[in-house]
Amino acid sequence: MKKVYSLQFIVYSFFIMLLAVNCTLYTFVCHAETISSPELINNAKQYDGKEITYSGEVIGDVMVRGKFAWINVSDAKNAIGIWLPQDLTKGIYNTGSYKTKGDMVEVKGKFNRACIEHGGDLDIHASSLQIVQKGEKVEEIISPRKIKVAIAFLIICLTLTIIYFIRLGYGTRS
Amino acid sequence: MVLKPHLDDFKIIGYYLGKITIGIGLFMLIPIVCALGFREVSPTFDFFIGIGISFLLGFLLTKVCSTDKDLNWMQGMIVVSLSWLVATIIAAIPLYLSGHFTSYLDTCFESMSGFATTGLTLVQDLDHLSYTHNLWRHLTPFMGGQGIAIVALSLFVSGSSGAFKMYVGEAREEKILPNVIHTARFIWIISIIYLLIGTISLGVTGMLIGMKPQNAFFHGACIFMAGFDTAGFAPQSQNILYYHSFSFEIVTILIMIIGTLNFNLHFHLWSGNYKEIFKNIETRTLLLSSTLAFFVVALGLKQLNVYPGLVMFFRKGFFQLISGHSTTGFQTIYAQQFIKEWGSLALGGIICAMALGGCACSTAGGIKMLRLGIILKAIKEDIRRIMLPEKAIIVQKFHHIKNIFLDDKQIRAALLITLCYLVLYCAGALIGMFCGYPFLDSLFESTSAAANVGFSCGITDAGMPALLKVTYIIQMWAGRLEFMSIFTLLGFLVAAIKGK
Repeated sequence: MKKVYSLQFIVYSFFIMLLAVNCTLYTFVCHAETISSPELINNAKQYDGKEITYSGEVIGDVMVRGKFAWINVSDAKNAIGIWLPQDLTKGIYNTGSYKTKGDMVEVKGKFNRACIEHGGDLDIHASSLQIVQKGEKVEEIISPRKIKVAIAFLIICLTLTIIYFIRLGYGTRS
Repeated sequence: MVLKPHLDDFKIIGYYLGKITIGIGLFMLIPIVCALGFREVSPTFDFFIGIGISFLLGFLLTKVCSTDKDLNWMQGMIVVSLSWLVATIIAAIPLYLSGHFTSYLDTCFESMSGFATTGLTLVQDLDHLSYTHNLWRHLTPFMGGQGIAIVALSLFVSGSSGAFKMYVGEAREEKILPNVIHTARFIWIISIIYLLIGTISLGVTGMLIGMKPQNAFFHGACIFMAGFDTAGFAPQSQNILYYHSFSFEIVTILIMIIGTLNFNLHFHLWSGNYKEIFKNIETRTLLLSSTLAFFVVALGLKQLNVYPGLVMFFRKGFFQLISGHSTTGFQTIYAQQFIKEWGSLALGGIICAMALGGCACSTAGGIKMLRLGIILKAIKEDIRRIMLPEKAIIVQKFHHIKNIFLDDKQIRAALLITLCYLVLYCAGALIGMFCGYPFLDSLFESTSAAANVGFSCGITDAGMPALLKVTYIIQMWAGRLEFMSIFTLLGFLVAAIKGK
């Protein structure tokens, strides 16, 4: 009888362990999914204090503050501030601007709806940063039609200005 | 009987509109200098096209409508109201060519928002916009804040009675100096001096918080122009939240407060009359209304425990309040957070602050502190009249640069404009609701547009209905010009159609 009970105990324990492993894996998979900025901003209370993964393009400046730094990462909908150790920013070479496509990064860290450390900012305190895709310089594309139209207008403007000043000169003399 | 306008009326209006159009074109030379400095080729061509169109239109108008007659009141008012529309359409050309807008209507929305010192934006992918276009976005409030017609005409006109009519048409009734062109130039001088001080302060702060020097000073100039002219534009999509800095926010708060004060008060402070700031009805009313609004916002935020710490409350609650009351519209929170987190009471406090606005004869919008002060004095006078014996003579005075006796004419004017603003706020909210947005969201956005604030709770977006975009454009235009010149334009149009 005792043997039957112990066998049952082993089987139940096995299933409980399996369930626990399953739950952990599920949580891991869920958190590994990147969360978009509208989702984070619109459901800030739900995600407050949770570990999340967020990805996007680094835009603007890398603002170093002592041993830490701020970067702003945009997922094309919104940009969110990321507070991270300065060491993690060392791989960032390109930040998004008019002439540059910034590095695409994946950030893992704690999401704050109103960060106590940073005066209530909605931010992410990153524990890891991975560069998913390197940014690059963006070549300006100027349509030939735009150049032609601009030159035509420039000539008209100059002509009108010259006429204006010539007439102004005559007016002053007379 | 309504009299049909004479051909001369059209000629004079056309002539002055032409001059203003050339003036707008001349201002486009500034972004070209910036484009050359930052080696941005494509934007240079965009501005050449913009200058070309404005010069061509301006020369055509001045040639066809050539006249040496001065403006009368009606013509002056019409020139002002039309010049804001013409300037909006012309300033939109280089922005549209940037490719960062989904339609020309969106670009017109952006330029009207800039000129009217509102700050609502429909730009796409702002973080990749060129320095040149970004500078132009921030130059529009700098021009609009001083008054487009006056800005353009102070370049060409040495002083005329017509200029004064346009000065009044642009919602400025106070002459700081005897000549209106001198007044306009004084406003320019103090604006440029503040621009230099503000840019250096923000640039140095930007460098201290880790920005590259080039970006720090560029952002400094842009943020100053948007802050001093109570516009609320910023070079990055996160607005002031981009900087993640308390010190940057403090400097910005100071700029917003300076920007919301009356230019006449600035003149007296510059002349050494420091007592004026404590005696003036506007500064006193501003202090009273901001204190009351602060308590409402604080209570609302405390109720929901939105920002538990004092520093958090200051950087989010107080910052947004000052930004709203000064009608600047700088944000350190995301637009959606207003609705999702702030709650009705705090939002109500912000809406009231936005509706009341800043000081008269400043770049701020809204009902204005001078009018609120006069209405409060009138209420006080009426209460005293009831309390005292019937034969008692009650004299009410207020101090605005000098001691002024309060009369019924002033009260009537203040109440009339206040009523117009309230109707404008409600009309925009109704149209917002018609487009399917909730009441509080619609009222918030409508008040923000009509009071030229620039706060958004998320409605203002490229995807919003065209009807709402046009509504907000009209609200920004009417709110900035304080109705009179627009009523005159409507009257002129009616007379042109129905007149004999």
